[in-house]
Order: sequence, then structure tokens, then C-alpha cells
Amino acid sequence: MPDTTELQTKNKLKLIVVGNGMVGHKFIENVVNHPDHENYQVITFSEEPRLAYDRVQLSAYFSGKTADDLMLTSEDYYDQHGVKYIIKDKVSTIDRAAKTITTESGRVESYDKLILATGSFPFVPPIPGGDAEHCLVYRTIEDLERITASAKGSKVGVVIGGGLLGLECAKALHNLNLEAHVVEFAPRLMAVQLDEGGGALLRTKIEDLGVHVHTEKNTKEIVAGETCRYRMNFADGSHIETDMIVFSAGIRPQDELARQFDIEIGERGGITIDDNCLTSDKDIYAIGECALWDGKIYGLVAPGYTMAKAAVSHITGGSEQFTGADMSTKLKLMGVDVASIGDAHARTEGAQTYTYINDAEGLYKRLIVSADKSTLLGAVLVGDTDAYGTLLPMMLEKMQLPEAPEVLILPQVEGGGESAFGVNALPDSAQICSCHDVTKGDLIGAIHAGATELAELKSCTKAGSGCGGCSAMVGQVLNAELEKMGVEVNNNLCEHFEYTRQELFDIIRTKKIKTFDELLEQYGSGHGCMTCKPAVGSMLATYWNEYVLSDDNIQLQDTNDIFLGNMQKDGTYSVVPRIAAGEISAQGLIDLGQIGVKYDLYTKITGGQRIDFFGAQLHELPLIWDELIQAGFETGHAYGKSLRTVKSCVGSTWCRYGMMDSVSMAINLEMRYKGLRSPHKFKLGVSGCTRECAEAQSKDFGVIATDKGWNLYVCGNGGMKPRHGDLFASDLDDATLIKYIDRILMFYCRTADRLQRTSVWMDNMEGGLDYLKSVVIDDKLGLCEDFETDMNRVIDTYECEWKKTLNNPERLKRFAHFINSDATDDRLAYEADRGQSKARIAQPSVRAEKAKGTEIPALEV
Amino acid sequence: MSNINWETICNVSDINKNTGVCALHNGEQVAIFKVGKEEQLFALQNYDPFGEANVLSRGLIGDVDGQLVLASPLYKQQFSLESGKCLEDDSVILKTYMVRQQDGLVQLQA
Ligand SMILES: Cc1cc2nc3c(=O)[nH]c(=O)nc-3n(C[C@H](O)[C@H](O)[C@H](O)COP(=O)(O)OP(=O)(O)OC[C@H]3O[C@@H](n4cnc5c(N)ncnc54)[C@H](O)[C@@H]3O)c2cc1C
Ligand code: SF4
Ligand code: FES
Repeated sequence: MPDTTELQTKNKLKLIVVGNGMVGHKFIENVVNHPDHENYQVITFSEEPRLAYDRVQLSAYFSGKTADDLMLTSEDYYDQHGVKYIIKDKVSTIDRAAKTITTESGRVESYDKLILATGSFPFVPPIPGGDAEHCLVYRTIEDLERITASAKGSKVGVVIGGGLLGLECAKALHNLNLEAHVVEFAPRLMAVQLDEGGGALLRTKIEDLGVHVHTEKNTKEIVAGETCRYRMNFADGSHIETDMIVFSAGIRPQDELARQFDIEIGERGGITIDDNCLTSDKDIYAIGECALWDGKIYGLVAPGYTMAKAAVSHITGGSEQFTGADMSTKLKLMGVDVASIGDAHARTEGAQTYTYINDAEGLYKRLIVSADKSTLLGAVLVGDTDAYGTLLPMMLEKMQLPEAPEVLILPQVEGGGESAFGVNALPDSAQICSCHDVTKGDLIGAIHAGATELAELKSCTKAGSGCGGCSAMVGQVLNAELEKMGVEVNNNLCEHFEYTRQELFDIIRTKKIKTFDELLEQYGSGHGCMTCKPAVGSMLATYWNEYVLSDDNIQLQDTNDIFLGNMQKDGTYSVVPRIAAGEISAQGLIDLGQIGVKYDLYTKITGGQRIDFFGAQLHELPLIWDELIQAGFETGHAYGKSLRTVKSCVGSTWCRYGMMDSVSMAINLEMRYKGLRSPHKFKLGVSGCTRECAEAQSKDFGVIATDKGWNLYVCGNGGMKPRHGDLFASDLDDATLIKYIDRILMFYCRTADRLQRTSVWMDNMEGGLDYLKSVVIDDKLGLCEDFETDMNRVIDTYECEWKKTLNNPERLKRFAHFINSDATDDRLAYEADRGQSKARIAQPSVRAEKAKGTEIPALEV
Repeated sequence: MSNINWETICNVSDINKNTGVCALHNGEQVAIFKVGKEEQLFALQNYDPFGEANVLSRGLIGDVDGQLVLASPLYKQQFSLESGKCLEDDSVILKTYMVRQQDGLVQLQA
């Protein structure tokens, strides 16, 4: 570590940020991105053992995200921008006169400006027995590790506190297969955000999911239990037994430093700040959850980000200020959509309300409007929060309400209402993404600057990359703006077809078109090209599943498909038989081995648990496949944009931890989807338990066994841009699992762009995961039956392409290097290595000498 | 004209529409393509100068701005079927060969 003197770079204003949490990091990011960043030297201290991570997404840790996935920054990023960071060291003293701080490890550092971004800590009510070993809190990654460890030896878990975090935590316990209970002091859940009706509906829904809810319970003491580790005794005389307890009874601002060193704090805690985020000391700022503005603590990240901006602005001579923030929220709790906007409790004088209750579908919506019914004051939505995006800006921007405000929540007019009150009605100042404070104007700016695709727009503005709640709105703004700009968004497949892939797919489907020539004649022009031919070939194959080497189809196939093998750099091919789920008999291995020896092929095990032969010449392909098929193998479609492999772990048949038979499921899935041509290749993985040995979450479809059924993850990816799959549904039985995968796959085949992997398809999907669920689980588009019919047709018409080709002498003619000679390509030559004679392709210079066959001089250009 | 010799390679029907085959011709590898309903024939060197392999007969045929092209199966550079010129790199021009249809046969100029 550099010493103090070295850090005092001359002439730079030295900023010390205490706490590298979400807001502290945001502050640093704002400094680093400031045009005058050269004038500042930033040092940050973190008490936690890592740099800032996404606390908002903390619960995702339980569904498979790692600490790395959650990181908001990296040491590299800080190094690059000259930010010094010290982790695992707590700032313990401030000397305001000398303008220095001291850390627990004894390090002293001087500052010009000090920024306190110390966040908050979980409040643990002083209950006797509350300090027992398995009484935990929920705030940091380390807390989650402790919860996971404790859950391992527990059957029952209680969360004290039925607020937002408490419910998130209860869900996590439930997912960890504990009998989960929520104990709440107030008469209802989420008492801050929801009214009585909304809270009651939420409770019913959560109980339906198997989480027990106890309201109006005041925990008196925690003592040793009889059936479980602990017993919680309540003030009303009742009790419950549990093995572990998580406190989620609210947070308290971390204002310890201010308290000790005489910086003004509020009566009930929190470091008092003004609109510039300055504390009572003019060189010390406080931002985030530790700060108290106008008597209020903001327990959300968005206001903290605004404070960070305001503080940077004040330090750098700007004029942005913090003038309060809206606390509306929209979230999904255990699969239940919940939103709360503004004055949810109708506390404003004279407020009028409209309520819509639909017990059958489990919907509760309530509007709170001003006495003269002209403006929206607040809303509570449970079960369906689609209206949130429309209502929030209406409230914030004080927009004029329609004549009959109830149209905003009544189902039959929702569609109609949307166009009148859609994104076009919003002013540019309307905030679309509250997590990252992105306004409609910001989005429009980015769109004009060229971000005309949803995924791109999201990544350059960050909108939608927090809680994700605003994705649908972001998509609507994008579409509306593109329409306004009159930009014809040219998603045409290529110069030969003025249609998108999706449109062409619909044409093929509805007009029953079976050949490329027909399609080109009726809907295209020219001869086609390397873009549209394989794309159309793939669509025809998805829908009609006809032989890819038929007279009509052969011309469409790309390099690999056209000879049913993957072309390697010297023009030879690789040969990959299917080894479903990686299960192969010893005899099968021997057979493969003998074929490999006979044709002298380089052999390697693939990442997808199968065996790859390299160095087969064109004319050898039919000979090799003939032997493979006789030995009982079939094509592995390694050459196609289609299912590659279903990777599996050994599962419950052998593994001590296996919950279910992952191998059988993987074989079923592989045999089901083999041969399905799709916009791009796709892979599946099946793990027998959450240890995830098959790395299923990095696959397009990941299936993980639990003791209650299968969890399905979708749209994961390894490769260049790794992406963990999103949890799509939990605890499924075999039939439902397969039904969902069928539907998603067909939806993907119909709507994805050419060569678009499922991960990018998902990132570009308006409405994201929730939308996909509504299409696949709730059949929102009424297409599920179609999807299943299409899938069944593909499955019923499956044929091994190599078997079919071998039975067709006409087709076999093509498998020769020369049409007019039995000679073979003379440029092929290999070098031996590590015990294989064809270990590598010879260097071009050596190739000429080594080349076999009659010497034919290579043409040089 | 009359003293031009033509070497018969194969039947026109041996080439699938809009695909190619490779012929051994005077000790050289020649890629021959059959394009469109008119069954127009084109012949280029089979050697791909970018990928350094004898593979061009296995490429994909299409058109770019009305110009008929062949895309290499290795790294997808496109070459004019007519002139052999590479669309991505002007300095590369493939050797072309005289090819014709005669009574249902494909013939290269000897
Ligand atoms: C499970 C969970 C879910 C949440 N969900 C949402 C949500 O959906 N939406 C939302 O808006 N908000 C949510 N929040 C709240 C959100 O995470 C916080 O608002 C945000 O993290 C506040 O940022 P901060 O930087 O002020 O504090 P923090 O992120 O807590 O960072 C403060 C950091 O300072 C460190 N620190 C403290 N004192 C010192 C010291 N003396 N020296 C050195 N380091 C110190 C702490 O260790 C900590 O790392 C959630 C929080 C949790 C726990
Ligand atoms: S994922 Fe689970 S069941 Fe499968 S091998 Fe690993 S530990 Fe065993
Ligand atoms: S509102 Fe949370 S990501 Fe946009």
C-alpha cells in the first residue's frame, strides 16, 4: 500500500469517501466522470471485505448469483481512474480541526473534503435471547453466507419483520427449503407501503405459496425450544418454534462517526444535511442512507444516487441540489406484483379514492386522488402493476386526470387508457428509471445518439439495469421515439427481403411456403445471399423440418450444414456423434475408438460431454458415418444452428447429494429437442441438486433439481458474454418443465433475430422475464397451443440426417473432393503430437513437403 | 475458335442448383458453380487465398448489389463469380476459367 505522502498529489483536492457502498461508489463514479476529474484525488475506505456491490439485488445471491456477479465496480476500474481504495478497514476517528481521519488499523489520512457514505445497519430489537447464534440479519453478502450456513442445519426459519426486506428474506428461506414464517408487529404486511386491502391480498397470496404469516405479534423473548432450536414467546401468550431467526425490523442510519465527533444529527439519528448534502461541518458531506434531509431518512438507493450527484455538484461548483425524493416502489415479492405510489394511505386532506377488487384473479387496485379529482395523489396495486409506469409520472408531474379517473385501473379500458396516457403524454423531465435516475429526456438523448436497440439503450443509459421494473416503459419510450423520428428502423433481413426475420417466419407459417425459391419469388428479390439463405433455410427447417440436403434446400446451407460436418481451417471436417447427456457405454467408447483409429482421426472430448473427431476428409464422411450408425450412433448436429448438448451431472442415481435423476431428464430433453433448427445454437444443462455440477445456469435452458421438483432457468450463456440464466419457474414436475421449455423454444424460434442467442433475445425483449412468463405460463398471446403443435410436428418428423443421406446415392455423390477424379486434396498435412498422429495441421510452409497424393502445385495469387 | 479444346468435367445435372463442385483440371483445382434457373456456369480457382485451403467450391452463392458472388466457407470473404475479384480486398483477384455447357455437359477450356 502506498504511504500517506505519496497520496498527497499536489494541487489536487483530496476527497475521502467513508464507506464504499452503493452510494459511496456512485459518488466516486460521478467524480471520475466529471470533466474536471483531474483536479480531484479520491480515496475510499470500506469496512466490508470488498468494493461496492449491488445490495438491491442481494437476494439474487440465493438464486445463484455470486458475489462477483453482484459487483458494481472493480479494482481495475478504480486503478484505471486513479481512485485509491482501502478495504476491510473501518474509519474510526475524525479530527475535524486537523482535517484527518484515522482507521481501525491505525492509518491516518488527511482530507480536503470528507464524504460520509456509511449507509445503515439493521435494527435488532432488544429482545432477551436475540443474540443467540442462529439469530441473524440481512444486509451484506457475509450475512447471506451466514444465513445459508445456518439454514443447512435448520428445518424452520422465522423472519421478524413483514416489510419489503423481511418478505424478500422469507422467500429466500422458503427457497432454501425451510418452513418459513414471517412475524410482524403491525396488523398487516408492508405496512408502510400498502393499505389494508392491499396488505390483506398480499398476505393471502404469500400464504398460498406456503409461507406462514403472523401479524400483531410482539416477540417478548427467545428461549431454548422443544422441537426446534429456539422458541419465540409473544406478548399475547402464543409462541412458535424455529431453528433460526432473521431480524428485518427496519434499518438505522450509520451515524456513529457524526455522533462521536460532534457533527449534527437528528433526534432519532441520521446525519443532518442541507440541499447540498453538507453536514454541520462545511467540509463534510453525508449521502445515502446515513443522511437525514428535512427530517427524513431515505431507505432506497435512488435518492442516495441523487444525493451523490448533488454533493459532487457542490464540490465541483455546480448547481444541482437534493430536494427530496419520491418513495414510490414497484416490486415482485415471491412472484406477487406489488406497487405503492405516493400517498398510499390517503392521508391528504379531502383525498378521494377509487378501488377495484377482483378476488377471482387476485387483483387489488386503489387510486387516491385530490379532493377536486384533478390530480393523482397515490395508488396501491397488488396482483397487477402494469399501470405503475403510467400512474407514477401522472402523480409526480401532477398531470391532469381523465374525467373518470377509475379508467386508469379498470380492466376493460386499460388498453384504451394506455394510448391516451402512454409515454407520449409524459414530459421529458419524467423519470422513467428510478434506480438510475434516468428521465424520458435522457432516454431520448441516447436514442438520438444512436442507441436504437433496447439492449443498447439499456446498457448506455443504465435504465432497466437495477430492479428491472422499468424495462417495459423503456421499451415504450424507444418505440414511440423511433416512430416520431420517422426513422424507419431497418430490421430487414438483408437486401433481398424487406422483412424482419419474425415477419418472414410468419409468412412461411401462414402462407405455407416450403422453399426458398418460392419465398424469394413472392416476397423478395435477386438471388439471395449468405445472410438470408441460411436464415431462411433455418426457418424452413424449424417449421417444416424437411431434409436440409433436399434439392431445394441444399443451396441454402451454410458451410457446416451443407456437408453435415463442421469445416475446419484446412477444409477437413469434424465428426460428432450424439452422446445424449454425456452417457455412453464402455462398448460405445470402444466402437468410437476403433473408428477413430481406422480413419486416423484426431480425438478430443468436447465441452458438451461428447467426443469430437477431427481431420475427416469430405470423401471419408459417409464412410465414417456409416460405421458410426452401424454401431448405434446418430448425428450430433454439431454443425447446425440447433440443439447442441444437454450437459448433465450424474444425479440421484449415484451422487450422495442428488435430489432427482438428472441424467434421465437430460436424455429426455436431448432426445426431444435434437435436430430442432433454431435462430442460433442452444444448449441445455441439468443438475441433480443446487451444487450445480452441470453448470446449468450458464446454458440457454438450465434445469436444477430441488427436493420439490425442477427449477427452470432461462436464457443463460457462457462464451463471450457470460450471463447467468434467469429463474423462470420453480418446483416443476416433469410434464410442466417440458411444456414450458417447448413453449419458450418455439417462441424464441418465431421471434428472435437471425443468429441471436437466447440471452440477447431476452435482453432485447420488451417487458423482459415477466413478459416471457406471461406468454408462456399465462398464455397471454393465446399462442401456447400453436407452440406445442409446432414442437410436436418437429419431434414427430425427426430423422437422423446422416442416416437419410447414406440411403441416398444421389446425395452421396457430393461427398468427394473432385467431381471428375478419385484423387484427394493434396494440401492436407499434419504433424504428430502428444500421441496422436494428426494432432495439428502442418504449417503452410511444411504442408507442401508433407502433402500426400500426387503433387499439385498450389495456386498462389 | 475452332482450335480451342474443351475438357468435359461432368453432367450439368451433377451440380445441384446454386452450388458448386471441384474439378481436377490440368493439375489445378477448379471450382465450378451453377447459378439460377438459367443454369449459368462460372469457374474459379478452388484455393481460398485467405483461408489458405482448397475449399471455395463449397461456398455459398448469392448476389450483392446485383453482382453474383461466392462467399468463402471459411472466413466469408466474397468474390465476384464473373471476375474473381474480392469484394472486401481489391488487391485479391481469383483466377477464373472458361467454362461452358455443351449438350448437358460441363466443359472447361483445356
Ligand atoms: C436485501 C436488501 C434489498 C434491498 N432492496 C432495495 C430495492 O429494491 N430498492 C431500493 O431502492 N433499495 C433497496 N435496498 C436498499 C439499498 O440497498 C440501500 O438504499 C443502498 O444500499 C444504500 O446505499 P449506501 O451507500 O447509503 O449504504 P450501503 O450500501 O449500506 O453502504 C455503506 C457502506 O459503508 C460501510 N461503512 C459504514 N461505516 C463505515 C466506516 N466507518 N468506515 C468504512 N466503511 C464504513 C459499510 O460497511 C457499507 O459497506 C435494499 C437493501 C437490502 C439490504
Ligand atoms: S449437481 Fe448435485 S446431484 Fe449433481 S453431481 Fe453435483 S452434487 Fe451430485
Ligand atoms: S426502475 Fe429499477 S431498473 Fe429502472
